[in-house]
Amino acid sequence: MNFKSISGLYDSRSWTYLGIAVAFLCLIFPAMNLLTPVDSLFHISDYTVALSGKILCYAIVALAIDLVWGYTGILSLGHGLFFAIGGYAFGMYLMRQIGLDGSYHSNLPDFMVFLDWKAYPWYWKFTDHLWYALFLVVAVPGVLAFIFGFFAFRSRIKGVYFSIITQAMTYAFMLLFFRNETGFGGNNGFTDFKRLMGYSITTPHMRLFLFVLTCVTLISLLIVSRAIVNSKFGRVLTAIRDAESRVMFSGYNPLHYKLAIWTFSAMVCGIAGALYVPQVGIINPSEMSPSNSIEIAIWAAVGGRGTLIGPLLGAGIVNGLKSYFTEAFPEYWLYFLGLLFILSTLYLPKGVVGLINQLKEKKLIKMDPANKLEEVK
Amino acid sequence: MAELSIVEAEIPSSQAKGPMYQPDVLDTRHGVILYMEDITVSFDGFRALNNLSLAIDVGELRCIIGPNGAGKTTLQDVITGKTRPDSGSVFFGQTINCSKLSEPQIAQAGIGRKFQKPTVFEQHTVYENLELAIKADKGIWNSLFGSLTGYQKDRINEILETINLTSSFKSRAGLLSHGQKQWLEIGMLLAQEPSLLLLDEPVAGMTDYETERTAELLNSLAGKHSLMVVEHDMDFVNSIARKVTVLHQGSVLAEGTMDEVQNNEQVIEVYLGR
Repeated sequence: MNFKSISGLYDSRSWTYLGIAVAFLCLIFPAMNLLTPVDSLFHISDYTVALSGKILCYAIVALAIDLVWGYTGILSLGHGLFFAIGGYAFGMYLMRQIGLDGSYHSNLPDFMVFLDWKAYPWYWKFTDHLWYALFLVVAVPGVLAFIFGFFAFRSRIKGVYFSIITQAMTYAFMLLFFRNETGFGGNNGFTDFKRLMGYSITTPHMRLFLFVLTCVTLISLLIVSRAIVNSKFGRVLTAIRDAESRVMFSGYNPLHYKLAIWTFSAMVCGIAGALYVPQVGIINPSEMSPSNSIEIAIWAAVGGRGTLIGPLLGAGIVNGLKSYFTEAFPEYWLYFLGLLFILSTLYLPKGVVGLINQLKEKKLIKMDPANKLEEVK
Repeated sequence: MAELSIVEAEIPSSQAKGPMYQPDVLDTRHGVILYMEDITVSFDGFRALNNLSLAIDVGELRCIIGPNGAGKTTLQDVITGKTRPDSGSVFFGQTINCSKLSEPQIAQAGIGRKFQKPTVFEQHTVYENLELAIKADKGIWNSLFGSLTGYQKDRINEILETINLTSSFKSRAGLLSHGQKQWLEIGMLLAQEPSLLLLDEPVAGMTDYETERTAELLNSLAGKHSLMVVEHDMDFVNSIARKVTVLHQGSVLAEGTMDEVQNNEQVIEVYLGR
């Protein structure tokens, strides 16, 4: 893939917007946090940085679900599982980084001491190496998704049946991780992280580093995803969504295509989870609860499926509202979320991005009615 | 045919001049492209196909007619791998055993299929529809990183010309009229360069003019390709048919030219006697 084909992914105007967004998030945002006085109008608090970093992680997940749901028509209600597994994989590394600073000053994490374990179980091996942990972050969700997807897609399980099975999958894993004997800290999960690559994890600089890293990852994955959906591979995915039998009788094996995008999507979720855990400081089995996965699908629906940028906006909008509502009217948040979903289904079938496009089109037709004729042709 | 194969078997392999047996290559040396033998398919006890045997020659245009529920669509499902027969065998050429292949494999081997209801990729443009259908490596890697060759682009333009959609190559397929969608689907079949085309009611919902054009198109395809056309419209069948097979209750009732079939006592009884 050469430079020309990459620059052709978006038109020049969209590239400009993307550049502005990156510049703002990676330069101005950190500067407003570090360099401005606390009482200044332009100051961004540490809390806002942490919240925004968290939302950027969610945006990566929303991007991942758009690839499988928006483009391929596979509604997964279990993507929270891949996110959580990525988080746990990186959490293992963070737990090893605590070293002897735990409450029991043991080489083992507190919860293992509590269970009276004398050594790390085999699956904790090598997790004190960053590179191995990073490998696990993509490999474990990838392998799990591959195996699950292979059997589900080979049996041609589709639509709502597939969605229900993904819910069951994430629920089953939640129960598994709740058990103390599983070796991942039971219902407390992992927390009390101290260090990352030897540096303290609680400093503002580390927080900003993680924030910028998340932002860069998000933008890179957005461009990669755009390259995928703009290739013939992407057109086959959309074709599978719209007329799978035609795809088969055209000589494509939908199993390979679905499995590829499904596995890729799960890996992306794993990366998001790994970025999420050090910023939030905790990972526990509640991240695998079925409702979390449903919320992920809502982000994509609100933002606009099959647009890539839409689900990113959706994740931002819904989570922004969530943090406002859970503070201002904590007991009404779930009602509001439900309302939001109903309203966007009824009035914004193509999400926020669809609304923006509609308004743009109206403006064009107003300017020159001939445009409408073109459209019909 | 039987004699011929015996003669071949008697030649010692060192002196054999015929081509080697190649499992995935279409072998039509005996002039037959599709053999179906004793096919039986039942759904919940109902026999959709009942000991059906049928052979189609290379370059033939065969029409399949029959009353509703005669098994016409099931027949195509069996050939393309969508339905597995309970018993019997389907061979594409001498060597390719369709009952062991998946749908995409059968499509790649060279059997193209047009559905009864026009099935195109509605969200894609006409051009993209043909691009997806065009004969190429259909694996993931090629789809991600490959691009159309000059030959493939020429083929697409040629097909656009044939199906009369050159001017609307940029429009979304969902916006086409019903007849145009039918043609686009036929175009997608042509793009696959199949040896055998199965068409399920290709002129359903077409205007008279479109029907006429379609008949011309199919007539021009016969010879280069082999075609099996399932159709209800008798005028249309008359305008293209050379040989007609009548299905009834899952078996072949009669086979022959249009005249022979129309004068067949049994056929008259089945079509008019109820």
